[in-house]
Amino acid sequence: MTAPVAQLERVSRLYPGGVHALHKVSLTIERGDLVAIAGPSGSGKSTLLNLLGTLDAPSSGIVRIDGQDVSTLSDNQTAALRARAIGFVFQQFHLAPGASALDNVADGLLYSGVRLCERRRRAAEALEQVGLADRALHRPHELSGGQKQRVAIARAVVGEPVLLLADEPTGALDSASGALVVQLLRDLNAAGSTVAVITHDRDLAASLPRRIHVRDGRLDTEVPA
Amino acid sequence: MSGRPRLSAGDLLRVGGSGLRARPARMVLSALGIAIGIAAMVAVVGISASSRASLQEQLGRLGTNLLSLAPGNSLFGGEAVLPPNAGPKLRRVAGVHQVASVGALKDLSVYRSDKIPKGESGGITAYTTDLVLLTTLKADLAAGAWLNAATARYPTVVLGSTTARRLGITRPGPHVQVLIGDVHHTVTGVLAPIALAPELDAAAFVGIGNARTRLRFDGHPTTAYVRADEQRLAQIRELLAPTLNPENPNEVKVLRPSDALTAKQAADQAFTGLLLGLGAVALLVGGVGVANTMIISVLERRGEIGLRRALGATRGQIRSQFLVEAIVLSALGGVAGAALGCMVTAGYALSQGWQTALPLPAIAAGVAATVAMGVIAGLWPAVRAARLAPTQALSIT
Repeated sequence: MTAPVAQLERVSRLYPGGVHALHKVSLTIERGDLVAIAGPSGSGKSTLLNLLGTLDAPSSGIVRIDGQDVSTLSDNQTAALRARAIGFVFQQFHLAPGASALDNVADGLLYSGVRLCERRRRAAEALEQVGLADRALHRPHELSGGQKQRVAIARAVVGEPVLLLADEPTGALDSASGALVVQLLRDLNAAGSTVAVITHDRDLAASLPRRIHVRDGRLDTEVPA
Repeated sequence: MSGRPRLSAGDLLRVGGSGLRARPARMVLSALGIAIGIAAMVAVVGISASSRASLQEQLGRLGTNLLSLAPGNSLFGGEAVLPPNAGPKLRRVAGVHQVASVGALKDLSVYRSDKIPKGESGGITAYTTDLVLLTTLKADLAAGAWLNAATARYPTVVLGSTTARRLGITRPGPHVQVLIGDVHHTVTGVLAPIALAPELDAAAFVGIGNARTRLRFDGHPTTAYVRADEQRLAQIRELLAPTLNPENPNEVKVLRPSDALTAKQAADQAFTGLLLGLGAVALLVGGVGVANTMIISVLERRGEIGLRRALGATRGQIRSQFLVEAIVLSALGGVAGAALGCMVTAGYALSQGWQTALPLPAIAAGVAATVAMGVIAGLWPAVRAARLAPTQALSIT
């Protein structure tokens, strides 16, 4: 059997100044999961996202991504793990303003050692996957918010990561665009991607097959799929 | 874990250039500072090189083997003179090719007409001259003809360039006359400025025969010009004064007129050093501008830095990106500045009638200096960008 996509064992994160953002949290995300990580702001869900994304290191406990204990990796190896195994989608999209949608998506492979022409070819495929093939040469300011977020999702999945982390992906969108984005994440999951959505939106969380509630740095309940 | 993929040089340039493309106005303004510094330095060096090249060319044309001899002061303070037979004596010295002498007619003034009050000489001096003066000094006629064996015996005159301007005469002719003392002379020619003997530009030249019969010339030349063998010029120079005045050789001053031109050039060189220093200061200020732009850029682009880290960029790759951006910015300014400096040099040389000498090593050094400046200006901002933790970079929204 293959290793879980992400595994946290008794993970704590203590910030300087004594803020206990996470307290001995254990959870497992299996291949093919579509999981909501929900909780009010300040509950520790952003800290959880940073740990799952290897952007931050735990104060204690073990984080395994794709079977790899992150604490044993150097900074450069962690960066390589992110390039290979994790795709990020942010609330604020973080698209490069001067570059076309195609080049923004192609940048998702920039740090994976793929040649430029191959990056562009796979970026075009990813744009088609999110239904924006006809917007490939548009710049971000020529796209709607929902389209921007779909470009950002294409950038996150172009490298075929084992884990797609979406941080409040609908937070900056109107409900119609948000629904489209959520549907896209469902489609990607149906096609085999493992997706974790961090959100404070209860309805969105309730609509996903698996939910992890975070409150005051602890997991509230975990509802199996 | 397999080996970490590196960014190719092309990708590095693309990534480094993307930050500049996003804010073109800021890029142009920061590059401008560098460009002005480099343009100033290239232009200063280029103009100085062009001036030097044109002096070399001028000296090559005029020759550096000319010596001038003039009477110095006598031992008792009186004014010494050259002997009347100075020309033949000098010609007998081995290695002397050509001798021409002039004699100032100090008591006579030169006027455009007899309506001018006496005493207003206008700084013009009449000189008797050998016919070979023109070829010895390699001087050129601006208009008309030089004296010849026939006209030298009649009241005819050839004017120096300054003299002609002061008297308001542009071209000679049978009816163009000036007054030397109280004798009317017909102007047969006007000279171009004489580079090797600028003191003769304010002269009016008359033949010796004419001067003896009409202007009471006493036969003593006041200056002799000698063309001699370039290889033995130093030894010949030692011989000339004793030849003219064996008893008091120190009463004859021997000068080398081309030295004056070279000395003027040396004075220009000192000025060039000063201007070069100013250019370097401008370049330094430009470098500070680039550093400033890069620091602001790093502050503004924390989100981008965080995103790139999330996409898998290592600290080293973030550092390289900002370093390359600073180098590209600085080098763009350097190349634009070098081009501007070359244009200024060419324009100035053209306006001065010089040939354009572009100092290629200086241009290459200037562009290399801007690249080095980019490294220095970009290093600290790049290190700061790389140190930023990904969570910290992403936390501002």
